[in-house]
Amino acid sequence: MTWTETLRTALEAIRARRMRSALTTLGILIGIAAVMLTVGLGQGAQKQVASQIDKLGSNLLIVSPGSSTSTTGIRGGRGSATTLTTADAATLSDDRVAPDVEAVAPQSSTSQSLTAASTNWTTSVVGTTPSWVQVRARTLASGRFFTDGEVDSAQPVVVLGATTAQELFNRQDPVGQTVTIGSQPFTVIGVLAELGSTVGEDQDDQAVIPATTYATLISPSSGTSVSTIYVEARDEKSLSAAYQETSNALLTSHGVTSATADFTVSSQQSIVETATSTSRTLTVLLAGIAAISLLVGGIGVMNIMLVSVTERIREIGLRKALGATPRVILRQFLTEASLLGLAGGLLGLVLGGVGAAVLPSLIDQPVTLSATAALLALVISLLIGVVAGVYPAGRAARLSPIDALRSE
Amino acid sequence: MTTAPLPDPAGDSALLRLDDVGKTYRSGNLEVEALRHVTLSVAAGDYVAVMGPSGSGKSTLMHILGCLDVPTTGTYLLAGEDVSTMREDQLADVRNRRVGFVFQQFNLLPTMPAWRNVELPLVYAGMHRAERRERAVEALARVGLADRVDHRPGELSGGQQQRVSVARALVTEPTLILADEPTGNLDSHSTEDVLSLFHELHDQGRTIVLITHEHDVAAQARRQVQIRDGRLLDATLAGAR
Repeated sequence: MTWTETLRTALEAIRARRMRSALTTLGILIGIAAVMLTVGLGQGAQKQVASQIDKLGSNLLIVSPGSSTSTTGIRGGRGSATTLTTADAATLSDDRVAPDVEAVAPQSSTSQSLTAASTNWTTSVVGTTPSWVQVRARTLASGRFFTDGEVDSAQPVVVLGATTAQELFNRQDPVGQTVTIGSQPFTVIGVLAELGSTVGEDQDDQAVIPATTYATLISPSSGTSVSTIYVEARDEKSLSAAYQETSNALLTSHGVTSATADFTVSSQQSIVETATSTSRTLTVLLAGIAAISLLVGGIGVMNIMLVSVTERIREIGLRKALGATPRVILRQFLTEASLLGLAGGLLGLVLGGVGAAVLPSLIDQPVTLSATAALLALVISLLIGVVAGVYPAGRAARLSPIDALRSE
Repeated sequence: MTTAPLPDPAGDSALLRLDDVGKTYRSGNLEVEALRHVTLSVAAGDYVAVMGPSGSGKSTLMHILGCLDVPTTGTYLLAGEDVSTMREDQLADVRNRRVGFVFQQFNLLPTMPAWRNVELPLVYAGMHRAERRERAVEALARVGLADRVDHRPGELSGGQQQRVSVARALVTEPTLILADEPTGNLDSHSTEDVLSLFHELHDQGRTIVLITHEHDVAAQARRQVQIRDGRLLDATLAGAR
């Protein structure tokens, strides 16, 4: 018996019991669609988080101060101490101390009210150095960033974030205009290109000024201490080396051991991991449930095939009497089960595709469907059909034609 | 009665040759001897009726003749092939090529039209679809159902259904047509119908073995064989009708 005949016979058997076949297929369909969507949701969420964290800057290490203890013994949280200084940033910039560090940008920030002409806007004022643009992977939409010379001479110049510029100057070009921060006039020399929202603070709503200007005009009380030092490694491979160097250099210059460290160094990687771990756990959980529903679907196929074999015991006997070998019978029932599985898989793909198109607008979550996942789903559904069909088909093949014909 | 050889009208040219065949079924500790020392020859073109009451072993004999089962002892040659030692897939092949079955229950597949039922053995013979259809229609014409080719079994009378199954038995041009109580489910009119069809086939030179417990049906055959308690009693040469 040829494969086309086997396929034709299987299709006829499926068509002859339309309702039952459809319901059997439904089990696989739902399972495949559920697996595809949950995995797609998980991948979408991870991709989203990863791309947002990428916007922080590539190969980035973030050094934060440790906790502080006040004179009354009240301990502040992480980052409350003022142990990081611009001197630390200078140390890390030294190639002899940290050869794997490409660039260093100390950063301090505080919330201030900005006034331009008749409008005002309260935003985060950031004091830093020119390397900030490189380290934070920013570009300018117009104008320029401040120079080392402007930092050294503590010039009152400011680079605005896109949102800040929009709020203060509407559609006008802010470059060359004057903005009052606190009570000091600043000249706008540039506008940062828009980044879109990222994790944490809004990277488009800020005003960046030279660190020295920040220390003298905006926040004299902070002195030379900074709230964060951003460190960029030379490349991805040197990230862990840069991590070690940064850590060691700061331990040495602060005169502390790793047990009493008054700072923490975290990598972009660790932030990505923290941010994605929750969504990953949820994805694994959901995908697990979906996989179980797929398993149940497979059991459904096996159940129906067993019923089918029992029901068609006379037909099997007749086919054997007319010359069907056990192998032919086995193949026929395996093909039938595989077709049920494959049909469920195909329809599940369609449903998953529709879900992936509709769901993002409903729950505001991106869904990433990959061709590999779709192909895998098809293969799995076919496999489920085959596995579910093995036992019933084996039973059918082993039936003796005499017993099969005799049964009523 | 001893195991004296029965008259062998066909001699060495026998189409079917059972030699001292025994069949023992075992269920638990109980052994049932369904056939004992059966020796039988059927010549090509013969028309033999096997008669016996229920439990006499005639069904077992039919299963062995039809290669649905193999004997426990003895040998069975079908058209020169030793069937008694064959594996299941080899038996399936022999059934497909050599034997055309006609069952008491017709055993037609209800979802398929008449011609699809008739072509079924050709499917397992690996024949192409166009040729199968041609031969199935031809076989249906031979049993007088040329105008019922696309009817489903449910749309046919009992007699017509049995004719379809005779057509299915004929379509492979088998060595042997084996009919197991073919009239058991038919009224007297349809019985006549089917029996006259067997006559025609016999006249065309087909070899037929018919198993029945009805005397008037058996009387239609050229030769009758009686079976009791798993042994052949007698082989009557009925001669030409």
